[in-house]
Amino acid sequence: MNLDTLMSLSPYSLTRDQKEPLLLEGLRALTEHHRRECAPYARILEGVYGGYTQDAASLEALPFVPVRLFKQFELRSCPQEEVLKTLSSSGTTSQQRSKIYLDRDTAALQSRVLVKIMQDFLGKTRLPMLIIDTPSTIGGRHAFSARAAGIMGLSTFGRDHTYVLDDQMHLDVDALERFVQRHGGGPMLIFGFTFMVWQYFYQPLKAAHRHLDLSEAILIHSGGWKSLIDQAVDNATFKAALRAQTSIGRIHDFYGMVEQVGSIFVECEEGHLHTPLFSDVLIRDPMSFAPLKMGQSGLIELFSLLPRSYPGHVLLSEDLGVVLGEDDCACGRKGKYFKVHGRLPKTELRGCSDTHAQEHA
Amino acid sequence: MTPTEKIRTIFAQSLGIDPSRVHDDLRYNTIDEWDSVAHMSLIAALEEGFDIMLDTDEIINMSSLKAAYEILRAHGVAC
Repeated sequence: MNLDTLMSLSPYSLTRDQKEPLLLEGLRALTEHHRRECAPYARILEGVYGGYTQDAASLEALPFVPVRLFKQFELRSCPQEEVLKTLSSSGTTSQQRSKIYLDRDTAALQSRVLVKIMQDFLGKTRLPMLIIDTPSTIGGRHAFSARAAGIMGLSTFGRDHTYVLDDQMHLDVDALERFVQRHGGGPMLIFGFTFMVWQYFYQPLKAAHRHLDLSEAILIHSGGWKSLIDQAVDNATFKAALRAQTSIGRIHDFYGMVEQVGSIFVECEEGHLHTPLFSDVLIRDPMSFAPLKMGQSGLIELFSLLPRSYPGHVLLSEDLGVVLGEDDCACGRKGKYFKVHGRLPKTELRGCSDTHAQEHA
Repeated sequence: MTPTEKIRTIFAQSLGIDPSRVHDDLRYNTIDEWDSVAHMSLIAALEEGFDIMLDTDEIINMSSLKAAYEILRAHGVAC
């Protein structure tokens, strides 16, 4: 089965027995593709995996690449002249950033898959879109930050895109009010990075005792919880506080990383992050890297069928999480569902919202 | 101006390119000017120009000038 066939299915429609063989077949083929096209990757297979051959019988047997290698090495599986954009991870100024090379095909695939996944939550109709960020985040044409990639990806779902922060991260209350008046009480999409939504949208509204009725709005946010957990704000607190201030109807977090743009994990109505057809997760012991069972916390390994122009199809992240179940979430979506606890202690700060918080602390 | 001319004019204006560069084989992400940011301006201009609303699938599928003609025809534009 190729990706086009997968794309024609509902993104959460296959059970483990149906999904895993398809995923495994695709990931094995990608491993071979990257071995041929990316010499440093071939050397990783040779050096770390003893010349790994293509006989992985399960997801856990596939060779993984630690995300930090994308900082240290130029890992690219397409000719330099075919690079359309380079994405860089969020990072504080002193940190080295990942470089992810996208060619036309991989970039197009990422957009298509992101749309496919988000349509399951948002439908096909585009909604008036409020962006809790500053327009200057978008920046250049060939080099995109992770934040810019997130905003641009979600923009497909919006119209009348309205940015409500200025470069100093001040909420433009007038722009916000004009937007709400234009689309008065109707459905709208709000997107922002978790920390920024809290700090620059919720906090100013609360401080000014401003209550908005955004009951028809859907808030999509992402980028990491670390800075908010430090302020004792967890997901439940975040939702309750935002609802008290703005009556926002639906709130969905999503987990994803610049190394695997497109095949994101969106939080369902039950508060669980879901793996779509195009991607999966596995939890490993942080010390031994042994695969762990459902319910055990450890490092999150991520699989994605999208990366062709760089060898990012099997990644070991520095995030900690736990798989909660598979195929049986009360929301009805099939596939694994999981939770992210945070980052491995002493790893660098790199979520889109967390690095921003660090820089402005 | 025929609808086809109007589409080509909107393309040239939204992408900020000379009308002579808007040809039938023009494809998304093959020229610097038609990137993801310009794509959203193009969509907004086409919607306003023809008083239509495009959905997310149509935005993703509008990967060339030819694809744009097809999608707009589906919205009753005689191009």
